[in-house]
Amino acid sequence: MRILPAAERRPSTGLSGTKAWRVTSKTRQAFTAWMFIAPAGVIIAIFVFWTLFESLKTSFTDDSGFGSANWVGLANYAQLLSDPRFLNALANTLVYAAVVVPVSIVIALGLAVLLNRPNLPFRGFFRVAVFLPFVTSLGISSMAWWAMLNPHAGIIPAWFEIFGLSLGNGIQDPSLAMLFVMIVGVWRDVGFFMVMYLGGLQSIPKELRESAQIDGAGPWKSFWSITWPLLANTTMFVGIMALVFAFQAFDQIYIMTGGGPFFRTETLVLYIFSTAVERYQLGYASAISWVLVLLVFVVSLFQVGYFSKRTVQY
Amino acid sequence: MTAITVPAVDYATQATRKARRQRLVTTVVVIVMFAISAFFLLPFAWMLTASVRTEGSLLADPATLWPTVFTLDNYSEIWRRIPFGRQLGNTVVFAGVVTVVSVTLNSMAGYALARFDFRGKNVAFLVLILTLMVPIEVTFVPLYNIISNFGWIDTYQGLIVPRMASAFGIFLMRQFFIALPKDLEDAARIDGASEIRIFLRIMWPLAKPAVLTLGMFSLLRNWNDLLWPLMVITRQDMLTLPPGLAMFKGDNLTEFGLLMAGSVVALIPMVVAFLFVQRSFIEGVATTGMK
Repeated sequence: MRILPAAERRPSTGLSGTKAWRVTSKTRQAFTAWMFIAPAGVIIAIFVFWTLFESLKTSFTDDSGFGSANWVGLANYAQLLSDPRFLNALANTLVYAAVVVPVSIVIALGLAVLLNRPNLPFRGFFRVAVFLPFVTSLGISSMAWWAMLNPHAGIIPAWFEIFGLSLGNGIQDPSLAMLFVMIVGVWRDVGFFMVMYLGGLQSIPKELRESAQIDGAGPWKSFWSITWPLLANTTMFVGIMALVFAFQAFDQIYIMTGGGPFFRTETLVLYIFSTAVERYQLGYASAISWVLVLLVFVVSLFQVGYFSKRTVQY
Repeated sequence: MTAITVPAVDYATQATRKARRQRLVTTVVVIVMFAISAFFLLPFAWMLTASVRTEGSLLADPATLWPTVFTLDNYSEIWRRIPFGRQLGNTVVFAGVVTVVSVTLNSMAGYALARFDFRGKNVAFLVLILTLMVPIEVTFVPLYNIISNFGWIDTYQGLIVPRMASAFGIFLMRQFFIALPKDLEDAARIDGASEIRIFLRIMWPLAKPAVLTLGMFSLLRNWNDLLWPLMVITRQDMLTLPPGLAMFKGDNLTEFGLLMAGSVVALIPMVVAFLFVQRSFIEGVATTGMK
């Protein structure tokens, strides 16, 4: 580092030095900033922005991966309306999200409140146990779930039998398959949301709850009138994450059921995968993708609107 | 005298009653939490015991977690049945390289967005936020086309390059850098330090918790990824472990022991990495959703 003579040194906290630097080298600063952004920017420009633009374009063509594609306008989108497999996948996606999102949020918040008790023994162990599924591969743990539900070798049907209950074909039962992939989805993500809620809970000043207690509020009352409103920001964030995770659910469904039995667990992402990767209907697959984008976008907007009206500052 | 002792006794019983109730609640919570933890850990426990049992003992007695016939054969057999060693190596290369490169590039971009003033900054940030909302599945088809036009199907660069930067990573680093005090870098600037030097010597070391969190996220995401390698890779010996083992499941529906031995080997590195950085990683995650 070059040492300046004392006379040229400027006070480090004073505004004069900073200001001079800003005025004299504004272009240089902009140039430096873009140099810092460029490497990541180029990657994102090519592999995110450009592909998004391409996918929108492809959704208006009959691209099938071979030869040239023709512009077909909105034909793909029109076809979706009368495609029973698409409507089924859309319904499955909505059902999956409508169950998994609120259930994950309630369980995560419940666990966070339990673990937030002061001086709770084994707290670190519980936190790690619940968070562990989020850390490991869902593709791999889904194979364990799939095996645990196997009618011959699985531990879960065997335990049910002890109580005289039968799970039948387990994961291949059309009426149970969706329930199982939902349970595994919740199992994986709840730890992640719980940790966010723990962060939110710890940011609430202790005095608030203490003063409520002194005013005679029970634990239930103080939760609803203090904790829950003050967690609105966390709930909004967790809600959007849960929604995006639910709409993108793939690994456990692909491994455990492959979308079956009888398309009962086929969601939009699985349908996109099979349309594009297995049947090469690239134009049609892109149109389904953009329906998914629209869906995520609209539901997120609703969530943000709902919670921003209820946000409380302290 | 009596006037003083009566309320004193009262307070004491009240206090012990309250303490006793507190202890009871804590005990109940601990018991409930152990039951819940057991549910969350069950698949891992099952994986572990199934991997050291013979197929016969598993099918004969599926209700127990305790292996009656203990064997390590599954662990030696797995290397012979599929290119397991190669796939493990692929996973290390893919997840390792992506983590190192993406953490570097994302923190540079996040730093610039947080600490510099320049035209287009707000637009760049807004565009970044919007891409956070888009499900990545949307870009699959064109992404596949690019990779195949580059001739990158079945290559490491095909797996790695598109993952070298992410909107989420840049966002995370920006949120961290924006909270640091401005005085530090101004002092260095006045002393004549270059921007790169300021970033490398002052800001980067301060960002260690954020770098660790982002690095862990990146490592987990890529090590565990199923769909992305499934798209870019067609050859068995170029696959990473999650899709590699998944294919194994399809071919041999009943060999649970082998499948679980492979799964255990694939999961252990991430579990160990997580346990090492557990405290700071969980704290890093917790602060993401706060404000």
